[in-house]
Amino acid sequence: MIVLSDYLILAALLFSLSVAGIFLNRKNIIILLMCIELMLLAVNLNFIAFSHFLGDPAGQVFVFFILTVAAAEAAIGLAILVVLFRNLSTINVSDLDRLKG
Amino acid sequence: MEKIIFYAFAAILLFAATMVITVRNPVRAALFLVLAFFTSAAIWLMLQAEFLAISLVLVYVGAVLVLFLFVVMMLDIDLAPLQEGFTKYLPLGIIVAALIVAEMITVLNAPQFDIAATAVAGESNTRMLGRLLYTVYVYPFEIASVILTVAIVAAITLTLREHSRKLQDPGKQVAVRKQERVRLVDLRSAKVDKEEKQS
Repeated sequence: MIVLSDYLILAALLFSLSVAGIFLNRKNIIILLMCIELMLLAVNLNFIAFSHFLGDPAGQVFVFFILTVAAAEAAIGLAILVVLFRNLSTINVSDLDRLKG
Repeated sequence: MEKIIFYAFAAILLFAATMVITVRNPVRAALFLVLAFFTSAAIWLMLQAEFLAISLVLVYVGAVLVLFLFVVMMLDIDLAPLQEGFTKYLPLGIIVAALIVAEMITVLNAPQFDIAATAVAGESNTRMLGRLLYTVYVYPFEIASVILTVAIVAAITLTLREHSRKLQDPGKQVAVRKQERVRLVDLRSAKVDKEEKQS
C-alpha cells in the first residue's frame, strides 16, 4: 500500500535534485529555467498527492493554476532569453553584468 | 503491484531529473525533461488526477517543452564556457540537496503522513474539476486567462524586431487621394482593333 509520505518524499527528492541542478549549472540560463520547471513539477506532485489522500479537490484546482502561470512564465522567460542572446550573443550568466549590481 | 509500478515510475522520474541537471547538451536536457514530465504524468494518473495528467502532457510536453527545444536549437550557443564551475560547485550542490532530502524525509516520515487514500467520489475527475472551476473558482479562472493573454502579448512584443515590422500608418491611409493611386488608361479594346483591320 502506498501512503502519502511516499509521494511526498518523491516530490522532495525531485525538488532537491532541481536545487542541486541550479547550483551545478549556474552559468547556463536554459538549464536554470529547466530546473525551475522541475521544481514546479515537484510542488505540483505535492499538491496532487495531498488532494488525493485528503479527498479535497481544491489541490487539483491549484495545480491547474500553477500550470497556467508556469506556462506563461516559461514563454516570457524564453522570449527574454532570445532577446538577450540577440543583443549580447551569449547566455552565460557571468557575462550578464551590464547592470553593475 | 501498485507499489512496484510506483517505484518504477519514481526511479525513472529521478533518473530523468538527474540527467537533466548533468548532461552537457541542452537539447538532451530538454529531451530528458520531456521524459520527466511524461513519467510524472503517469504518477499523477496513479493519484487519480486524470485531467491534470493529460493536460500536463498536452500543455507541458506539447507546448512548453517544444518551445524550450525550439529556443535551444535556435540559439547558437558555445557550450564550453557554460560548463565551467560544474565540478567546482558539485560538492556544494550535493551537500545542499542532501540536506534538503534529509530534512524533508525526517519530517515526512512522521506518522501523520501515513494516510491511506480516502474513498473517491463516483464522479469523473474532469467533471469535478470543471464544476469547481466554473463555480467556486470562476474568478481566479478568469484571472488565469488574463495572465495568459498578457504573457502572449509580452512574449510577442519582446521578440518583435523593430525594422522587420510592417505597420500600417492610419494617418497616411486616410490622407491618400484618388489622384495618387488610380491612373486611368485609355486602352483600345481588341474588338475595335479587329474591326478597324477588316475595314
